[in-house]
Amino acid sequence: MDDTELDRAFLALADPVRRGIVARLSRGPAPVGELAEPYAISLQAVSRHVRILQQAGLVTRSRDAQRRPVHLDPDALQHLTAWIDRYRLDHERAFRRLDGVLDDTIAKEERP
Amino acid sequence: MSNPVTITAPEALPFIEIVREFDAPVSAVYRAHVDPELVKQWLGPHGYEMRIDRYDVRTGGGYRYVHTNDGEEYAFNGVFHVARTDELIIQTFEYEGSPGVVSIETATFVDLGDGRTRLEGHSTFPSVQTRDLIIEQGMEVGVVEGFERLDALVVAD
Repeated sequence: MDDTELDRAFLALADPVRRGIVARLSRGPAPVGELAEPYAISLQAVSRHVRILQQAGLVTRSRDAQRRPVHLDPDALQHLTAWIDRYRLDHERAFRRLDGVLDDTIAKEERP
Repeated sequence: MSNPVTITAPEALPFIEIVREFDAPVSAVYRAHVDPELVKQWLGPHGYEMRIDRYDVRTGGGYRYVHTNDGEEYAFNGVFHVARTDELIIQTFEYEGSPGVVSIETATFVDLGDGRTRLEGHSTFPSVQTRDLIIEQGMEVGVVEGFERLDALVVAD
């Protein structure tokens, strides 16, 4: 993912509805109707959000005629993971601090 | 080089599983979960101070602590259902901003030998929706933080 693509992805994610859609899709594909459920906006508006995510390369839509579910593109999202996945980041950071605490306690024990 | 953390949130079940290995013996990893002076050095989100009112890890014990950041306070409390030294801690977890929404957390300490330990965390939430909300809230903050970092990069140019 180059800088332009990254910019486009971040712009796409600047909207709370689109972030909600990505969060929902991170748990599996869903048709637009289902993506629209949590929001008090029209199906057309949700379709527009999906199209913006599509243009940003974050989601794809399959040819499944009736439902045409929206899929998250795991490759594209992987590039963003380091930026968006605060939950994981919080745990990474906490565990790294724990590594430091453990190093200290082990060092103290080894001292006579 | 840091050990990787594996976080799993199954689609239809209200769980979060977090697994991480440590280059330290099981007794040290357990102690870092029990001694309040050690706990407050690592637990909680980046940039937050941790004030511990009570941290009594034993079967039937309990805890309360407050994360503070820029005058904002976030308090958490719970009870220790069981604590087995170097093996297992099962506790409840409640954010006082959402009273009555209680998750159950199991931490299993696995001795891998050679002074290494695997920590297996398993949280059970009241519903899949609650679980998802917690992850999505984290993601919201993360996106904002990402933008701030982008801003900083742009300004540096």
